[in-house]
Amino acid sequence: MIYKKLPQWFLLILPAIIILAAVILIPLLFSLYSSFTSYRLTRPDTLFNWIGTFNYEKAVKSGVFWAAFGRTILFLTIALNLEMFLGLGLALLVSRVTRGQRMLRTIMMFPMMFSPVLVGFQFKFIFNDNVGLVNNALQSLGLSNSAIPWLVDEKLAMFSIIFAEVWMSTSVFAILILAGLFSIPQDPQEAAKVDGCTPWQSFRHITLPFIMPFIFIAMAIRSLDVARAYDIVQVMTNGGPARRTEILWTLIGRTGYVDAKMGYANAMGYVSIFLAIFFTIYFFKKLNAARVELGMAR
Amino acid sequence: MAQVILKNIVKNYGKLEVVHSINLDVAHNEFVVLVGPSGCGKSTTLRMIAGLESISGGEIIIGDNVVNNLPPRDRNISMVFQNYALYPHMTVRENLGFSLKIAKRDQTEIDKSVDEASKILSLEDYMDRKPGALSGGQRQRVAMGRAIVRHPDVFLFDEPLSNLDAKLRAQMRVEIKKLHQKIQTTIIYVTHDQVEAMTLADRIVIMRDGNIEQQGSPTQVFENPINTFVATFIGSPPMNLLPGRVGKNMLEFSGGLILPIPIDFKDIVKPGQDIILGFRADHIMPVGHDLTIDGDSAMIEMSVGVSEPLGTETLLYTQLAGQEILAKMLRPRIVQDGETLTFNLDLGQCNLFDAVTQRNLR
Ligand SMILES: Nc1ncnc2c1ncn2[C@@H]1O[C@H](COP(=O)(O)OP(=O)(O)O)[C@@H](O)[C@H]1O
Ligand SMILES: [Mg+2]
Repeated sequence: MIYKKLPQWFLLILPAIIILAAVILIPLLFSLYSSFTSYRLTRPDTLFNWIGTFNYEKAVKSGVFWAAFGRTILFLTIALNLEMFLGLGLALLVSRVTRGQRMLRTIMMFPMMFSPVLVGFQFKFIFNDNVGLVNNALQSLGLSNSAIPWLVDEKLAMFSIIFAEVWMSTSVFAILILAGLFSIPQDPQEAAKVDGCTPWQSFRHITLPFIMPFIFIAMAIRSLDVARAYDIVQVMTNGGPARRTEILWTLIGRTGYVDAKMGYANAMGYVSIFLAIFFTIYFFKKLNAARVELGMAR
Repeated sequence: MAQVILKNIVKNYGKLEVVHSINLDVAHNEFVVLVGPSGCGKSTTLRMIAGLESISGGEIIIGDNVVNNLPPRDRNISMVFQNYALYPHMTVRENLGFSLKIAKRDQTEIDKSVDEASKILSLEDYMDRKPGALSGGQRQRVAMGRAIVRHPDVFLFDEPLSNLDAKLRAQMRVEIKKLHQKIQTTIIYVTHDQVEAMTLADRIVIMRDGNIEQQGSPTQVFENPINTFVATFIGSPPMNLLPGRVGKNMLEFSGGLILPIPIDFKDIVKPGQDIILGFRADHIMPVGHDLTIDGDSAMIEMSVGVSEPLGTETLLYTQLAGQEILAKMLRPRIVQDGETLTFNLDLGQCNLFDAVTQRNLR
């Protein structure tokens, strides 16, 4: 019997290994494999049609792919920075509140509780050019008499999507930064006051270094999220019109399921993953540097 | 040049009043120590002087200005905190120079001041380390260095030595005293340790429950405690207290002990009055092991419970009139537990307190 020869510790973790393999490793390997084939969902037999790196070459040469890639980076940069500054401001305000802070913190988390699909529909309605809340409000106030094409114009659509994303996720930053603010020891801040700091200088020289690790944790988490963004954009504009708001994963989703070119979609997916990996590594490096700065790590 | 004056200072936290209208005058260059048991309002008082805590009533004057509503940065004070409160993300050099950098002094001046402070406190070897890589004593010195680079009008210390071990504490005590000699500045120093208070202070201010009980030079408060609290708080070992009653030209204690009335108190006490007799271990010693006594004395026989030899002297724990009391033996010899000795009590050094008010009758 073979299993008699297996060491006991291995037998004990074997079920875990099998389950992990089944739910993570196998799909991963399958998608990696399929990215080297001309696999189309409509023709299952193409799964065995090995075409080497053709899909990858096609992706790297594709203007549409790089446009989506660039747009994703732009989206990520703008959204993360906005969320960071707004979250920081929000956290600073909430940390000053003495009465009802608990309730405020709970309210702050509401947007996080919504599914992105729901948020997408909500803002799709709000920014709708005919029946949308924004245009209605602008028109009733007499600020505008035309229907502003919020989700149609390239810049406005990008703005609307970023707005929705920021609305949904600023609180991630706010909550993590708030945790950071609570963890700051009181003493150095008082020492800074005695050393002559104005409130701004205290913030700049004492508070900020202390919350930097928390900002970078939030950045790392959110950059992964945004690099994989799909649902909000899918719902609000479906990457359109005419690819004006196409980002990586709407492009990949469309290629895989609408055009049914699964192999090509998977190849693009694997290239895109580098983006997420790059940002994650970058922010973790920053996080570690900030912790070293505070003497929390070496 | 800066004096510090506290006029009827009150501090409330909500409905709770923790400092009750205290008055204190600190002269320029004076080293004043606020001492008292923990929770008596020392830190609160110090933090009000620093501007870290708002003032609920009264007036604080530093130099010639009422500073009640000035933020800490406009008071020209430095503070050394109990937990050092160093900036963990800055090197020792940056910690020391931070206040000058904030004040926008130019770099050469900052370097000069930082070097000077590092020499005074022998920090030269650690200038590029961060606080995390320093020992407790070194951190303590950085905290003091950070306070002195600015040449403030007033130094505030909040229990700066309480996180150090006994040996280091004794060493730093001397350094603080030297520091005060070197940089002539007003110092207000908070501690719960009466030894620190006695050794450092020009003037000791004893606080209890948000009130100032007594202030004076270390010898004054040691020799003439205003009440039984000060008598037991200041001095180590604490003053012995024997409750008793005034009889006809004598003091009666439980167990039939009778002592003459100390001469200073003869005209003050009334027969029938409940009193507490106070005397220090230094003034009750076995016959043959005592210092010369000038005035009256009384002979008492007591059996020694436990003895603590300390080298040049031995502490003797004994019972008198139902109270545990401490006596001292100079030129010590070995004392057996339970051995009965004859002691001499120096009546001229005794204090009498009123049993009801606990105040010194002198
Ligand atoms: N922020 C606060 N809120 C309420 N009570 C406080 C606060 N800070 C201190 N106290 C109370 O004030 C009293 C004096 O405290 P403190 O000045 O820190 O004493 P200490 O003499 O030990 O330094 C204590 O009874 C303490 O419980
Ligand atoms: Mg205290």
